[in-house]
Amino acid sequence: MKNNNIKLMQGNEAVVEGAIAAGMRFYGGYPITPSTEVAEGSAQKLPRVGGKFIQMEDEIGGMAATIGAALTGVKAMTATSGPGFSLKQENIGYAAMAEIPCVIVNVQRHGPSTGLPTSPSQGDVMQAKWGTHGDHPIIAISPGSVKEAFDLTVRCFNLAEKYRTPVILLMDEIVGHMREGIRIPDASEIEIIDRKKPADNDNDYLAYKVEEGECVPPMAGFGDGHRYHVTGLVHDESGFPVNSNAVADKLCTRLMTKIEDNIDDIVTYEELYMEDAEIVVLAYGGTARSAKSAVKKAREKGLKVGMFRPITIWPFPEKQVKDFAQKAKGIIVAELNYGQLVLEVERVVKGTSDIFHIGKVDGDIITPDEILSKIEEVI
Amino acid sequence: MDKLPHIWCPGCGHGILMRSIAQAIENLGLDKDKVCIVSGIGCSSRAPGYMDFNTLHTTHGRALAFATGVKMANPELEVIVITGDGDATAIGGNHLIHACRRNINITTIVFNNNIYGMTGGQYSPTTPTGDLGTTAPYGNIDRPFNIPELAAAAGATYVGRATAYHANQLIKLVEKGIQNKGFSLIEGLSVCPTYYGRKNKKGSAVNIMQWQKATAVDVKVAEKLSPEQLEGKFLIGEFKNTTAPEYTEEYQKIIDRFTKER
Repeated sequence: MKNNNIKLMQGNEAVVEGAIAAGMRFYGGYPITPSTEVAEGSAQKLPRVGGKFIQMEDEIGGMAATIGAALTGVKAMTATSGPGFSLKQENIGYAAMAEIPCVIVNVQRHGPSTGLPTSPSQGDVMQAKWGTHGDHPIIAISPGSVKEAFDLTVRCFNLAEKYRTPVILLMDEIVGHMREGIRIPDASEIEIIDRKKPADNDNDYLAYKVEEGECVPPMAGFGDGHRYHVTGLVHDESGFPVNSNAVADKLCTRLMTKIEDNIDDIVTYEELYMEDAEIVVLAYGGTARSAKSAVKKAREKGLKVGMFRPITIWPFPEKQVKDFAQKAKGIIVAELNYGQLVLEVERVVKGTSDIFHIGKVDGDIITPDEILSKIEEVI
Repeated sequence: MDKLPHIWCPGCGHGILMRSIAQAIENLGLDKDKVCIVSGIGCSSRAPGYMDFNTLHTTHGRALAFATGVKMANPELEVIVITGDGDATAIGGNHLIHACRRNINITTIVFNNNIYGMTGGQYSPTTPTGDLGTTAPYGNIDRPFNIPELAAAAGATYVGRATAYHANQLIKLVEKGIQNKGFSLIEGLSVCPTYYGRKNKKGSAVNIMQWQKATAVDVKVAEKLSPEQLEGKFLIGEFKNTTAPEYTEEYQKIIDRFTKER
């Protein structure tokens, strides 16, 4: 039988559906525009599947409660927008250091500060990577449609569980509030990854000891019978804090390499008309929809233009961009900010191709025509 | 034993307070696997590292927010929070009053040493007015919080206070706090000879504990004393012992509504 479970919903609502399908059973957060539908949907749906929702007293508490819940073995999520994302940063760093799997949805809004609360922006690209202090890896994924909001939320949970790390769904208000019809897949069609747990009879369990051939340690849930210590301080294999240069170096390096060594597993992207593209439009999230339309119009005019859409924003699809930069004459980066991801493109391309930028900070979207005229200008 | 020596200074009262909590858990016969001890950042907050339970050392001021997530996600766990005066009432003040308001079944023990010890002796929200700290070189002009009064007013259902000197009383208060189905707060007045004591010429750790013994008055005794007799004294004992709906149980009722409908 064909699955006809087709529903009209917002990106924010699809995030809730995806999260519950992925196994999310705890949500701790604080309401903020334009992410509120994620909290509201979670409050409505979680108790129906035996999960828990709590509206905390602030954004910091929302992130903290999410981490606390994840430690008991539950899949946990929080959602926020720009100003709230800033407040969560210290605890996101904690989750990175203590290796607690969790998902943070950031439905980006215009800024700085409270900016234009209901207007779209892609201004948190660098905050997603560098918002907290110290060196740490991050995974950030940006959906471009309501269907992808569902699918990529599932993927965020899977990556969080697999690599024991906080994962950011870096959405924008365009996708968050856009309504599209999507087919909700059956549970059997969805790949679910759960964190590795130690064996029940593992009496020598060391919470932060990585077994040969693994990139992260197995994670016991609090209450499962493996008592251990969790801290944001540099810790040894037992989890106990230590003031050792050697231990600090080994731990911090492993946190980086567990992501760096698995970039091919983590990075995804979409390409359109890239085979012979002389000009490549690089855009992500909601902006990529305008880019796709502009590139199609350009092709109709006989212009050799392609589109590259990073779906994984961090780690950046460095290899792929380097590759097409060798062939293309120019790259146009379109994003809803003054120029953030374009910096990463410039770093990767290193002058092998000309780079142009369309940035917009007036709270409106970048239109297909704006991208098309830039294409015609530079080709 | 490989974790010794602990990080606390000689004469610090925190070891006595930590031991009191461990004794209370032992006296109640709790299953170690089902006990979770959460702390923030500061001298007090290093205690869970020395305790053989599920232990969580979090970010500054956020112990109660982490603990709320732990308790909500797994109400079977006996969640105990160890926090300091700065951790609980300065940076974490908002989490404290909201945990009290929710009446979530968590027992919080505030290790109050009246100073920021780990950062080197700055004044805290419980440093008495007029006392010295490295950031109050001319005397602290802030008015201190009375933590039990704050917690009781915010809705905590069990509230008590004892001192490092009154360790046996502290054990009893922690036991009753754990047994209370709701949010319990017990203030443990600690001893900081290194920063608070030295800066304010309070003498050795023994001198400070002698002061605690001489100055503390049990709430029950205080009821019979005049304001004049209570001048310069502070109260210890059980301040509040009431009941109110517990948060995780109330949420479970919502879940049950759906499981029954099926």
